[in-house]
Amino acid sequence: MSVKVSTTINGDQIDFICETDETLLDALRSRVGLTGAKEGCGTGDCGACSITIDGRLICSCLALGVEAEGREIETVEGMANGDQLHPLQRKFIEHAALQCGICTPGFLIAARALLKKNPDPNEEEIRFGLAGNLCRCTGYDKIVRAVQDAAKEMRGA
Amino acid sequence: MQYEAPQTTQAAVALLARAKGSAYVLAGGSDLLVRMKGGYIEPDLVVDIKRIKTMQAVKKTASGWSIGAAVSCAELGENKALIRDWPGVVEAANLIGSKQVQGRCTIVGNMCNAGPAADSVPAMVAAGAKAQIAGPKGKRAVPVELVAIGPGRTSLKKGELVEAILLPKRPARSGDAYLRFIPRSEMDIAVVSCGISLTLDSKGIVKEARVSLGAVAPTVLLVADAARAIVGTNLDDAALEKLGMACSAACRPIDDKRGTIEFRTKVAAVLAKRAARIAYSRAGGK
Repeated sequence: MSVKVSTTINGDQIDFICETDETLLDALRSRVGLTGAKEGCGTGDCGACSITIDGRLICSCLALGVEAEGREIETVEGMANGDQLHPLQRKFIEHAALQCGICTPGFLIAARALLKKNPDPNEEEIRFGLAGNLCRCTGYDKIVRAVQDAAKEMRGA
Repeated sequence: MQYEAPQTTQAAVALLARAKGSAYVLAGGSDLLVRMKGGYIEPDLVVDIKRIKTMQAVKKTASGWSIGAAVSCAELGENKALIRDWPGVVEAANLIGSKQVQGRCTIVGNMCNAGPAADSVPAMVAAGAKAQIAGPKGKRAVPVELVAIGPGRTSLKKGELVEAILLPKRPARSGDAYLRFIPRSEMDIAVVSCGISLTLDSKGIVKEARVSLGAVAPTVLLVADAARAIVGTNLDDAALEKLGMACSAACRPIDDKRGTIEFRTKVAAVLAKRAARIAYSRAGGK
C-alpha cells in the first residue's frame, strides 16, 4: 500500500510517496534522493544509516518511512552550511578519519548528537557514544581524534 | 501492509481486536523491523503507538511511576527524577543496543519481545514493576515476570497491548542495580544478567529484597530464595555467599554459542553479589 508522507528534512518541507512497509532509509535514498545515509547492515548494528528524527539519534533502517509524517528529520546533507563544512566534517578530513567513507555520514550525525549532549567528552565517552557506528577501515583512532578536535573547536577552546 | 497510527489507546485496541490477519504493535521498531526485513514475519497490520499521547509520557504518580509504552530508553536516561528513584531500571534500559537503538527502543517492547536475555526485564522484575495492559475487556495490571511465558511468547491476548510500565513508589533507604555479563564492553546481548532491588531499615539491615536473573532460563526468573538469603542481614559475606548459591541453584540455562551452562550458573552468583553491593550502597548502606 502506498501512502503520502509530509515531513521536514534538513529544514525543508518535503512530501514523498512510499510503501507502508518501506524503511525510512529506503524512502530517504530512493524517494527523496538523499543518499548520504547508507545501508550497511539493515538491522541497526552498524549505524551507517544514522539520522535524527525530532532531534533524536536513530538508525533510519529501523524506522518506517510513514513514521516521518509531521516529524523533523536531519541527515548528513544538512550538516554543512552552504559551502562551509560543519567543524566535524572539516576535522574528519584534516585527521583523515575515513578511508572508504561508507560509515562517515553515520559517524558525523552520531558525533554531532554526542557533542550536543556532551560538548566536552573524554576519549572513553566518545568511544562509548559512537559504539553504534562501525568502521572497518580506520581502526577508530583517527575518528576519535577528529571528534575531540572538533569538540574543542566548537567549544571555542 | 496496513499501517495505522491511532491517537488513543482505545482506537489501538479496536484495530488490534478487529484485525483479521497478523497484527503487530510498533513502538520503537528495533525488533519488529528487523524481523520484517529478515522475512520472519509479514504483518497485515502494524499499529504504531507513538502518536498516543498517554503512551509518550513518564509520570510520577501517587503510587510510583508510570512509563508510557512509547517512551524511548534514551528518554528514560534523561529523566533525573526517575534515575534517583530507579537507577537500576534506567541503567538496564540504557544498556540495550547502541545510542541509535536507545533513541527508539522501549522497555515495553523489550518485555513484549519476550527474549530471555532482555536487559530491562530483570531490572523491572526486581523493581516489582507491573505492566498495565489495555484490551477489549478493559484494563489489567500484571507483574512483569508474568508477561513472558516463553522465548518470544507472551500472555497477552488478542486485542491487548501494554500501555505503560508501573513502578512502585520508592520507600526511603531503597536502591536497585542491574548487571550483565557480555564478552565485549558494549553493544551485546547478555550471557547472564541480574537485577536486585533492596530496602533497608534505619540500621542498614535489608528489610525487603527482590532478586531476578536473566538469560539463565526460558523467561526472566524472580528468585525468592535469593531474596530470602539477604533479608535480615547487613549484606555480610555469609549473606552474599548464600545469595550467590541461591542464584546458581535457580539457573536452568542452556549451552549456546554465547555461554555454557556451567559458566552461566557460576556467573549468576558473581553478578548477584556485585549487584547486591551496588543496590545496598545506593540504598545508603555502608
